Amino acid sequence: MATYQNSRYNIALPSGAGGAITLIKTITASSDSTISFVNGASDVVLDSTYRTYIFKWINIHPGNDSVHFSFNGSDDTSSHSYNITKTSTHFEALLYEGDTGAALQYNTAGDLAQSTGVQSLGRGVGNDNDQATSGELWLFNPSSTTFVKHFMHRDSVAHDGNGNFQNHVAGYFNTTAAITAIQFTFSGGNIDSGTIKLYGIT
Amino acid sequence: MATYASIKYDMDLASSATGTGALTLLSTQTASSSSTISFTSGIDSTYKEYVFKFYDIHPNGNAKQFKFQVDTGTNTSYNQTLTTSTFTAYHNEDDDSTSLGYNDVDHAQGTGFQHLSISTGNDNDQTVSGTLHLYDPSNTTFVKHFLARSSTYTANDHCYDLYVGGYFNTTTALTRVQFKYDGDTIDAGVIKMYGVS
Repeated sequence: MATYQNSRYNIALPSGAGGAITLIKTITASSDSTISFVNGASDVVLDSTYRTYIFKWINIHPGNDSVHFSFNGSDDTSSHSYNITKTSTHFEALLYEGDTGAALQYNTAGDLAQSTGVQSLGRGVGNDNDQATSGELWLFNPSSTTFVKHFMHRDSVAHDGNGNFQNHVAGYFNTTAAITAIQFTFSGGNIDSGTIKLYGIT
Repeated sequence: MATYASIKYDMDLASSATGTGALTLLSTQTASSSSTISFTSGIDSTYKEYVFKFYDIHPNGNAKQFKFQVDTGTNTSYNQTLTTSTFTAYHNEDDDSTSLGYNDVDHAQGTGFQHLSISTGNDNDQTVSGTLHLYDPSNTTFVKHFLARSSTYTANDHCYDLYVGGYFNTTTALTRVQFKYDGDTIDAGVIKMYGVS
């Protein structure tokens, strides 16, 4: 007879289950004003289950031209308001297709100092049919109730001026409350199309 | 007594066990005096993101540039148009030279190979290692973005931290990726290709 010990692991695991990076949720945009990942809603996990969360976005295309792909956080448990105080840095490397404008520079228009507004990520995203932005955002230990919540980001943007902008953001939500939701927006208009995936790292 | 059915799931799964491991190893290639290393299969719509990790890529000659390009269909020209931005931080072993700045190993609508290293040395212990992310290569609507970062042990004994971002300016699906040292062979090293679910 099978004993508990030898039958305990007799389970059909999904392919790759137990890997260090776990796909939690995929959301595909379709002319959406916002895309939100809310802990406990629609299978989203954003709590103490993981110490690190990664949001990856692929080909996020704006409805409007020259807009900034942005995010904010919430510490609410219902009726979420996305207005957590943040301090951050923002720098960019860029080059236009005409081989002009090559630069690595701090971007004061993209950083925040104790602001509750959205944090811009990819700036000046173009909305020509083939223009979009792809990148990722790392959020560390959002469920901590002791420390601020750090985040880091990097992306590649097809800029409205026809060039590549490589944006880098780092900062923290200046709160000791748990972050329970993350919301992505454009600074104007809708998220016309694209995919955002949320992963947890064990 | 507990039955098999009741104890079947009694194991230490994370609470989100409905999720799956997101990183799948698709291919591993090991260089051995190779003129190029090419990934010509497995790049399709299965994954929205492909990650290439290159480990200890050692050139035959000294001060060589490790680079990559892509191609479409079954083509072998590896000359897709790209626009990129590139910057580096460096520090030398003598501790008297440091810098952070834009580094024009970029492309503005070029068709050449994109740098993934700066002047890799060929001393026995000198190599480059790093990561390249290629987003949604099979998409036929948008340009194809990529991001890379590497650490190089250079011929003049510097540590170079290279950041590359950019896009292949084509709406044709990309199906293959090739790595090489410019004008030299890859003496040794490993490149792994992963798909991200």
